[in-house]
Amino acid sequence: MSAEHHSVVLDPRIAPPFPAAALPILRNSQLRKNVAHATDVIQAKRARLVAEKTDWQELRSAAAAIKNETLAHLDHYLAEFEANCTAAGGHVHWAADAAEARQIILQILRAENATEVIKIKTMTSAEIELNPALEAAGIHAVETDLAELILQLGDDQPSHIVAPALHVNRSQVREIFARRMGRTDLSDDPEALTAAARSYLRKKFLSVDAAISGANFLVAETGAVTIVESEGNGRMCLTLPRTLIALAGIEKVIPRFRDLEVFLQVLARSATGERMNPYSSLWTGVTPGDGPQNFHVVLLDNGRSPILARPVERQTLRCIRCAACQNTCPVYRQTGGHAYGSVYGGPIGAILTPQLMRMEHAQSLPYASSLCAACYEVCPVKINIPEVLIDLRAQVIDQERSKTDRAFDLMYVAMRVANGIFASAARFRLAQRLGRIALWPFTRKDGWIHALPSLGARWTMTRDLRGIPRESFRAWWAARPKVESRSGEKS
Amino acid sequence: MRASLFITCYNDTLFPETGRAVVRLLERLGVTLDFHPQQTCCGQMHANTGFRAEAFSQAKRFVRLYRDTETVVIPSTSCVAMIRDQYPGLFEELGNEESRKDLLALLPRVLELSEFLIDKLGMDDVGAYFPHRVTYHASCHGLRGLHVGDRPFRLLSKVRGLELVALDNLDRCCGFGGTFSIKNAEVSSAMLSAKLRDMLSTGAEFCTALDNSCLMHLGGALHRQFAAMRTVHMAEILACTESAELPA
Repeated sequence: MSAEHHSVVLDPRIAPPFPAAALPILRNSQLRKNVAHATDVIQAKRARLVAEKTDWQELRSAAAAIKNETLAHLDHYLAEFEANCTAAGGHVHWAADAAEARQIILQILRAENATEVIKIKTMTSAEIELNPALEAAGIHAVETDLAELILQLGDDQPSHIVAPALHVNRSQVREIFARRMGRTDLSDDPEALTAAARSYLRKKFLSVDAAISGANFLVAETGAVTIVESEGNGRMCLTLPRTLIALAGIEKVIPRFRDLEVFLQVLARSATGERMNPYSSLWTGVTPGDGPQNFHVVLLDNGRSPILARPVERQTLRCIRCAACQNTCPVYRQTGGHAYGSVYGGPIGAILTPQLMRMEHAQSLPYASSLCAACYEVCPVKINIPEVLIDLRAQVIDQERSKTDRAFDLMYVAMRVANGIFASAARFRLAQRLGRIALWPFTRKDGWIHALPSLGARWTMTRDLRGIPRESFRAWWAARPKVESRSGEKS
Repeated sequence: MRASLFITCYNDTLFPETGRAVVRLLERLGVTLDFHPQQTCCGQMHANTGFRAEAFSQAKRFVRLYRDTETVVIPSTSCVAMIRDQYPGLFEELGNEESRKDLLALLPRVLELSEFLIDKLGMDDVGAYFPHRVTYHASCHGLRGLHVGDRPFRLLSKVRGLELVALDNLDRCCGFGGTFSIKNAEVSSAMLSAKLRDMLSTGAEFCTALDNSCLMHLGGALHRQFAAMRTVHMAEILACTESAELPA
């Protein structure tokens, strides 16, 4: 694996644009095979489990409605969560951005004199690039989710929201474990690999005194925090250490405990194709003599509140990170997650990342979609991803309009010219004729074009193009003999 | 029955034979067709690329031209989806009260070809004859945008002589996506090659669809590969009869 390892940058500020990042991946047949196989398996399980719910569409509507209600009164529900979590013995911190969140977490860990910290189910920590900051401060982070552990040991990056090591197959896992754990005796049997990870992690669970978790849901009504997982390693992180820090985006709050009934159903079926997650952990504050005695929640904004202000984009914050959109996406299927240059890949990443970056980076992501809408169809909280993509594209074009060098952007100029042409039928007829003349040198005798220059070469690199026929439809229509009534009963 | 044909800019320019087939088919079924000579484009390309103001100017033009039309029939699922799904948002943001009223009154009268045949004319047997092995590609806009459902299958199943072969992964995009096929040409091509594998494994002679934009993509690749399959818009199949077969 290391031999063909491509360098992965999951920082939208410096990652290459999507088409460039996708190129080396398209040449990595092993990765593409792994991604296609894994997404096929999850998709099939999801389809089976969704089909058995006769009220699936109602569940989706309910999930979307609860999230809409929450987002409409987010300040209220966050304050309610803070009050209830605090009353139960937790400490709630507010972080405006990534730097502040890192600072808060570092301060807590320093106060504990921590040199090591175990982590579970926190993509948000990757969003704020926490691990490098911890290492710089002399605190070693140990990923305990099996997939995250594989990536950490393999010096790799997550490529999927639910199964972060989905692009890695078991023989590659065997190689990583053999190299990093010194276990040359390992076979690539999944049970043997899991057992190796277990014995490696057990030592950490029993010896490390601080843990960082993510959060699937924060319950405003009770102050409870929820994570769902498949392995039970989360349970260890949540119960064994003395200090526990939960890092959560502000959009993770839900109003009531009973709302979990809806979300735990749609999340498990959408994410892993299961009726229920093997481990659903809920905890509220601190219980003396049982579990962590020092419990912190860090509420992270980091670009989320500006999204609330935009009526179309706001739905992005309904996301419950199930990855169903990634599994079904025909683009993600070809590229995996790394091409998206962010921990959030696939369709949700294509809309979330540019917004978290306040449209300052990642402008290629809204275009990394054919708008096929497969994502919208499976989304358990009904995020109309194509609608948001199109709206973000409009924001990108609006940025373009104010640039002075836009006259040199071929695509921009072509679109502006096309608009002028479509404004008048006479101009359109003329453009059809001129287009035919312009393409004439490239059109072969059989009427087909095999190679075009410039932007057109992007088409003809893999596809021929039918040349423009001599007679347009409108010309044919205009030349038809005029008959008063052309209904079928021709005499 | 009277209907006005909005042929769409790319059918008009690149696929006039599809337009001629729609005319042959609908006139055979007794429909009196009009063609508004001022029509150009629905604005889909501009809207999907982020040029909202430009898309709106084309959308306004469409509504102005067809405001008083009884029925508009369009042989393109993606253009109908543009009108149905995106016009309301564009008019909401950029239009005025009156234009929004015109749009809402017009929308139910804008129909895609298979919708027009089955819902408006109430026909699934259009009297066609096409003695070939055919596979059907579901365009994403037809499948998930318009929800055309079983309409194309009902129409094709009534065509005499036609052997319909099911396409695997019917719901998966072919990778065209308008300017996506240029901006992300490599990823688009990877999607295309997966789709071609499914298409060619049907052993069909023709691949048909309700949208020439997918077919331009698929047909262009089939042509490049000298594959033993060609693409044909469904209107052209439905227009064929024993006495009028598909032009070579």
